[in-house]
Amino acid sequence: MNEAQPVVEISSVTKTFAHGNVTALQDIDLTFRTGEFVSLIGPSGCGKSTLLRVVGDLIEPTSGTVTVNGKPARQARADRDYGIVFQDSVLFDWRTVAKNIGLPLELLGWDRAKRKQRIDEMLDLVELGSFGDHHPWQLSGGMQQRVSIARALAFEPALLLMDEPFGALDEMTRERMNLELLSIWQQLGSTVVFVTHSISEAVFLSSRVVVMSPRPGRVAGTIDIDLPYPRAAETRDEPHFFELVTQVRDLLRKRGEHLLPEEEQALAEAAE
Amino acid sequence: MSTAVVTPGAPGFGRKAARQAGEWVPAVVVFVAGIALWEGTISAFHIQQFLLPRPSDIAKTCWTERGTLWPAGWYTFKEALGGFVIGSLAGMAAATLVGRFQRLGPALMPIAIAANAVPIIAFAPIFNAWFDPLSPNSKMAIAAVLCFFPVMVNTLRGLTSVSPRQIELMRSYAASELTIWRRVRVPTALPYIFTSLKIASVLSMIGAVVGEYFGGSTNAIGVLIRSKAQILDFQVAWAGILVVSLLGIALYLAVVGSERVVIRWAPEQRDS
Repeated sequence: MNEAQPVVEISSVTKTFAHGNVTALQDIDLTFRTGEFVSLIGPSGCGKSTLLRVVGDLIEPTSGTVTVNGKPARQARADRDYGIVFQDSVLFDWRTVAKNIGLPLELLGWDRAKRKQRIDEMLDLVELGSFGDHHPWQLSGGMQQRVSIARALAFEPALLLMDEPFGALDEMTRERMNLELLSIWQQLGSTVVFVTHSISEAVFLSSRVVVMSPRPGRVAGTIDIDLPYPRAAETRDEPHFFELVTQVRDLLRKRGEHLLPEEEQALAEAAE
Repeated sequence: MSTAVVTPGAPGFGRKAARQAGEWVPAVVVFVAGIALWEGTISAFHIQQFLLPRPSDIAKTCWTERGTLWPAGWYTFKEALGGFVIGSLAGMAAATLVGRFQRLGPALMPIAIAANAVPIIAFAPIFNAWFDPLSPNSKMAIAAVLCFFPVMVNTLRGLTSVSPRQIELMRSYAASELTIWRRVRVPTALPYIFTSLKIASVLSMIGAVVGEYFGGSTNAIGVLIRSKAQILDFQVAWAGILVVSLLGIALYLAVVGSERVVIRWAPEQRDS
């Protein structure tokens, strides 16, 4: 794994909505390296989900460029470099679990035998081996999200984009999913960009946390999480874990106070 | 598949059939009681045969007059079926156009809704004049117009009820519009389409028979019912109505059956 090689280069990205009245993202410069687990954290309205979508070429930036694996984001999407997981698992009810996982492989034109082999591998990876023939609505929320992750990873995308994937789960399921995600990430060595508004989740998972501040969405600071991998449930009890959580929290708090009145107003107008 | 084995995800067929049969019991009881009440009332109050024949006599006439009733019913059924197929296909095609080119929606939908408020049945004599009263084409046209609107509105609602996340997911795989259409929009719309086809199946039979009341081939059931009623042969008229109803129910059940085959995954088919 080459730590120095950048997977994503975001340079001076700005995104405005509502005819330029609301600045969702302002002058974002970030680089994600191969194999990194980067979390984007911030209060709602800080543009973290927007930034994720700009990286994935689901939203076009108003200005600035996004380069993925050395090519424009548009080309990276056409080359199927992205796996995406949303807060809602976005599974298709008419497909079985196995066929949901196989969907991107079908789109890539893999033949049936190759698909089946990979689907079985992915089912084992997310520990749903015996659920391949079930339909999504027969599974619990946590299991559905595991299917969604398996689908995103099935074709080994260069970049896994996750938009608050565990936001809808209860705390216990969420902590278990965090551990599972880390173990999958370490097995596959993929690069992950993870959006969350949970500080402890961000610190626990990430090798780096990008703190964002709202109105307009800006990078408030970046904190390297030097807790060693593999991390376990006990990692959450370490003093250094708390120090890092406090660092992230301080950075969030400091930036949260700097809201200009006219920015608030512009946002309120856009919401009407 | 053994009917005795019940596994999650593969609901036991025997148990399911038994439960469905159980659901029919109240309807059967009410039906039988209603028929008995009908028979009993006629005997008790000596109601004249021409005012209201006994159910048993109507059933008997269905058999004794089978040589004329059933071929006439079949003739009308074919008209209804033709109208059902033409109207439903046109409805789906129109919905596809409006769904694909969303700008057509505001231009066409108000007109479609206004057109639906016109009592189409009142156009039956006009349609007869346009398409030759003695040919089945005029009845098909009435049935088709009746079927068109519910199918179009429901299909359109189905095609546009896809969640934005599902579209984003497909776009992240660089799926084309056509692929999104085939793999997401159409499967999402199928339950809506079948709901509208069930409505249309009943409407088509009504349309064909009403069209025949305003003139048609002598071997059509609508014409037969009308002429028998005019000569006060109500027993045969009632038998004709029974034949029409049975054929209408048959078409409805055929749609229900194909729905079960096509969308096994739909919510109402779920084993709760």
